[in-house]
Amino acid sequence: MRQREHTSTVRVLPWALVAPALLWTLLFFVLPFLAMGLLSLTPHEGSGITLSNYRQFFTNPSYYWAMINSLELTAMVTVISVLLAYPFAWILAEQVPVHWQRLALLFAVLPFWTSYVVRSYSWLLALSENGIINDALMGSGLFTHALQLANTRVATVIGFVHFFVMLLTLTIFANLKQLSPSYRKAAADLGAGPVNIFIHVILPLTLPGIMVGAFLTFVLTIGDYITPQILGGNNALVMSQLIMMQIGRRGDFPLASALALILMAVVTIAYIACARWLKIERT
Amino acid sequence: MSINACTSLKRRLAAFALTTVALVGVEALSPASATELNALIWCDHADPALLKPFEDANGVKVNVKEFEGTGAGLAIVEQSQPGDWDVMVIDSIDVPRGVEKGLFEPLPEDKLPFGDLFPEVTMDSSTKVDGKRYGITEKFGFNAVGFNNSKADPADMQSLNSLVDSKYKGRIAIYDYYLPIIGMAALAIGKKTAELTEGDLPAIKEVLLKLKANAKLVGEITASQTALATGEVDILVGGGEFVTAGLAKENPALDFSIPKEGAILWSQSLAMFSTSKNKDMALKFIQYVMSPEGQARLATSSCYWGMPANKMAALDDAQKITLHFDQQPDFLKRAQPYPAPNADLDKKMQDMWTEVLQAQ
Repeated sequence: MRQREHTSTVRVLPWALVAPALLWTLLFFVLPFLAMGLLSLTPHEGSGITLSNYRQFFTNPSYYWAMINSLELTAMVTVISVLLAYPFAWILAEQVPVHWQRLALLFAVLPFWTSYVVRSYSWLLALSENGIINDALMGSGLFTHALQLANTRVATVIGFVHFFVMLLTLTIFANLKQLSPSYRKAAADLGAGPVNIFIHVILPLTLPGIMVGAFLTFVLTIGDYITPQILGGNNALVMSQLIMMQIGRRGDFPLASALALILMAVVTIAYIACARWLKIERT
Repeated sequence: MSINACTSLKRRLAAFALTTVALVGVEALSPASATELNALIWCDHADPALLKPFEDANGVKVNVKEFEGTGAGLAIVEQSQPGDWDVMVIDSIDVPRGVEKGLFEPLPEDKLPFGDLFPEVTMDSSTKVDGKRYGITEKFGFNAVGFNNSKADPADMQSLNSLVDSKYKGRIAIYDYYLPIIGMAALAIGKKTAELTEGDLPAIKEVLLKLKANAKLVGEITASQTALATGEVDILVGGGEFVTAGLAKENPALDFSIPKEGAILWSQSLAMFSTSKNKDMALKFIQYVMSPEGQARLATSSCYWGMPANKMAALDDAQKITLHFDQQPDFLKRAQPYPAPNADLDKKMQDMWTEVLQAQ
């Protein structure tokens, strides 16, 4: 009898433990997701079921160009952030004395403490023609005229990279700290130089940290509305801006839902690509 | 699935999808009580300098929820319970959209100062439906040309054609709202905004593409204001007192002009919800906002300035100069109303605007 009760408890307990998380996911992800899916199949005016919202995306060049712009921007931000974050994380993990690392990490996450909107407007002011960056460039004698930095894609990339370099630094730093020094010593004993050790030992072993950070960067960048809206000057719309346009005045939630789901499909593909790639590297 | 079932499903889905947004974005509002008034507003009504005198005088707390765009505002209403909201600020041209959905209560004209309003801004064609008044214009202004008069030649700012001149290349920002900008492009080619059809869109698009090629950015109010204030641009197409007046104290060189082709009259209205549980207080609020004192406070709100609809607004001399108060009769004569397209033309206009924004 007691054995049966114990077996039953063992069976139920895991479900009871995960139930709150499952319920949360069901309520705040699965159901809204299904609702959006169904909404995307309805027309803005009238009733019935239609694919016209999806058709608009694939047939209107200014719509699918928003996706191309999003992908270009996201790729740029992700690559630049990884390239900047890796050496930064390496310096933190390898060169900074252990007792200073906490303070260094604190400085690394400082940008997270600032409001997202305030940070974007601050960049807009810093990058403007009369801003501190153009003043510095012209003051140094490198340029005679102010560069157009604000309200461009460059500004959007800078705004994103400022934030995501810190995020990637944390994920890569955590990965580097987990690496045992014996890997390097073993490789050196076998005759590998510093470059070979990095390329064939350190880099592959820190790839999971890079990929996690890069994927987060990709997801958060491609879905972000604030940064391109404030810093990009609306000179090339991205998907998040296109989605917001449908809601603002006309309240076209079916089309906005369709566009959001298309964006989500792209993120899912990116996830599958990353997950598969990571798996291959680990084997 | 029957049509009725489809419509019902669609309505329920829209409401459900919005619930998540509502949970995050909407302040928890308790059901309206005698001491509370719930208002769906634009940011100019959130200024404590406007709200506090009313709250103190009536012993009421005004709970406000800001929104941008009629579509977003109506969506908030749809996912709320009847009675959650008492008053709403809405584009005057969109009052019929609310009436069509059965949201608004007719306003008692005899209890509101219609006689004191600039007659051109009462917008009867929009604020009255089937002979009943559902909205009262509280504030208006012009989508015209905002500019820095120390950098751009004021004489050039008297013509929309100057804006595509190469000497201003990279010195221009465009206000990011398709209706007034399309309206201004229509004025540039001699079309009346009230008579626009789908057939006019190609010519309008051509004007907009030329304008975009000369512009540095297309931005909403804050981005446009920042660009003008920091000297990033010298001219704001679609700008007016709502952009320049609030900055004039810090930078008196910022001004606006109504070009010879005309300008677009924007106007915002106040409406009362038919399901309001506090209609007396809602009417008192509307009366307060429309009073000379309320009008002056609303006109000079910290979020953005605009012309008070009430000619008796208690503005001081400096404020009147900044708003070009005395020139309003002339400005109004030269202004044309916002384009008010039907749903189909509205969609086509927005798509054309998207194409213009994507043009490189």
